[in-house]
Amino acid sequence: MAQLQAKQDALTARLAGLTAPKGGFSHDARQAAFARLAQMGLPGRRDEYWRYTDPAMLNAVAPLEADTLRVEVPIFEGKDKLRLVFEDGVFDAAASDDMAMAGIEISLLSQADAQDLHWAKALYGTLEAAGQTPVARPFASLNTAVAHEGLLIRVTGKAPRPIHISYRQKSSTSDAILHHCIKVEAGADLTVLETGISGARSNVVMEADIAAGGKLHHIRPQGRSHGKQLVTHIFARLAAESLFKSFTLSMNGRMTRNEAVIEFTGDDAQAHVAGAAVGDGAFHHDDTVFITHDALRCESRQVFKKVLKNGAVGVFQGKILVKAGAQKTDGYQISQALMLDDDSQFLAKPELEIYADDVVCSHGSTSGAIDEAALFYLRSRGVPMRTAQSLLVLAFLAEAIAEIEDQDLAEDIRARMEDWLSRHQGK
Amino acid sequence: MLEINNLHVKLEEEDKVILKGVNLKIGAGEVHAIMGPNGSGKSTLSYVLSGKGGYEVTDGSAILEGAELLDMEPEDRAAAGLFLAFQYPVEIPGVGNMTFLRTAVNAQRKARGEDELSAADFLKIVRAKAKALKIDAEMMKRPVNVGFSGGEKKRNEILQMAMLEPKMCILDETDSGLDVDAMKLVSEGVNALRDAGRSFLVITHYQRLLDHIKPDFVHIMADGRIIKTGGPELALEVENNGYADILAEVV
Repeated sequence: MAQLQAKQDALTARLAGLTAPKGGFSHDARQAAFARLAQMGLPGRRDEYWRYTDPAMLNAVAPLEADTLRVEVPIFEGKDKLRLVFEDGVFDAAASDDMAMAGIEISLLSQADAQDLHWAKALYGTLEAAGQTPVARPFASLNTAVAHEGLLIRVTGKAPRPIHISYRQKSSTSDAILHHCIKVEAGADLTVLETGISGARSNVVMEADIAAGGKLHHIRPQGRSHGKQLVTHIFARLAAESLFKSFTLSMNGRMTRNEAVIEFTGDDAQAHVAGAAVGDGAFHHDDTVFITHDALRCESRQVFKKVLKNGAVGVFQGKILVKAGAQKTDGYQISQALMLDDDSQFLAKPELEIYADDVVCSHGSTSGAIDEAALFYLRSRGVPMRTAQSLLVLAFLAEAIAEIEDQDLAEDIRARMEDWLSRHQGK
Repeated sequence: MLEINNLHVKLEEEDKVILKGVNLKIGAGEVHAIMGPNGSGKSTLSYVLSGKGGYEVTDGSAILEGAELLDMEPEDRAAAGLFLAFQYPVEIPGVGNMTFLRTAVNAQRKARGEDELSAADFLKIVRAKAKALKIDAEMMKRPVNVGFSGGEKKRNEILQMAMLEPKMCILDETDSGLDVDAMKLVSEGVNALRDAGRSFLVITHYQRLLDHIKPDFVHIMADGRIIKTGGPELALEVENNGYADILAEVV
């Protein structure tokens, strides 16, 4: 009882500092989210999915102060893309490109009430609500209930260029809450790039509904602020023969919880979620993934790699649920940590729950140090120690980066990793 | 070229002495072979010269063209011109063979104050050398040694040697795990590199390899020392009679 009360008290305190938009198209969804939230309360240490990650920083009424990287180091510069900028969680029209783009409808959540977006009304909060069972995700409901801003994107054909959601943080105490909805119609194809960090603390939800034969590629380098506190949720629903590929690069950050909740509702679909996370020192990084197979012959892959040093902590909680009748499911899950010293920690909880009898599901989890034999081999060929280490760390991360289909984007991610490694060499 | 004097080495972890005073002098352009029973210290000698961890040099020196190797990091020894062809080449998943080779070649050039090779120049050279060793383009794209057969791994070692153009090459049981054809191919690769400015130290169990790579000198190593030195005929003697006679002779 004390536990429950604490969770409710945390929620009451948190909500007291927030205002929700009134009325509008999302009114019902927000009310429903508030109701879910009232049931759940905010997370507590005793919750099964918060055993390895202390939710205190995310529960707190105000964020901890976080350093601001005023100049966001540009990435994906070589790509022609439509850029939409959010600064401290507020849309920055002046810094953004014109939203008018052939084949794509884009609206701001804050301005959607004036438009009559049936699809958005049907999607907003829907996948989040569905993703609350069997595991509660209170921060996502909180987001649905109180988010003032975000993007509503609908694509009906092949998008001519990627959408680039660019986050910037200017205030060291900003508390950003953003909620994006993406509707990929049948046969449509979209790439979404999400870069940077939107606040000292951020809570970002993305609901992605992918219709039959639709494709959504999502690449997300989360910025390298050390002080950031971040909780994100991706909720994706995949119809027949659709594809969703999401890759996240995390560098630094005192508290990051990235959740992905994916459900196959149509046959022959594919979902790959991958992540590369690197931390040095005060770093806590948690990937929590839940994939539900409820259709025939779907393929899911989870590939998560973490490089940890100087007391950094990595967490992976990944689940594959194969429902009865989801025959010929192909599920794969790997989580690995490379520990560059003895002080770091990796906590992994792979879970498989399978109710169909004709499926292939494999999973693995490892943690280890750099391979000394490989290191000596490289050095014996004249490769200097640091270069050799970088090569081996990048090699370790390669399987995750390989999940990015676009080779130019993958190369940019690799370069970003190399840059991080060169800054964090030695002790 | 290389002068090893009174080299004493023990294992770092345990109090086990492996090399008990090795003396060896290799002149420029010479090919020396070391043979010896298992556990005599042959591989240890190659590792210690190339700078592998886990060994402690308690006495002696190894001078490569006037510079003390034993004080250098492994990468500096390589840049100074030393190369070890591994008995068991290491598999490195995730690092492309081509990337690895180019990184190594350019790191050495940089260490020696030379210009790095451009991607185009590098490619041209590596293609020609790979072809001679029957290493196809597909093998170059794969991660270093991953999924390579025993023979492919050894050929890959020789390719690295050909690309890095070292002065002092140590071949540690390069013939192990090779069939007759592969041994011929590897030997041809080695022989193509022989010249007046390059020396070889060939470690082997069998005389067979020395039919292909003709040594100027043959040394017999036992219990951490070189106990006998001779010409190519010494290898034949070992092949015919084993080590027993030689060991008995010395004792």
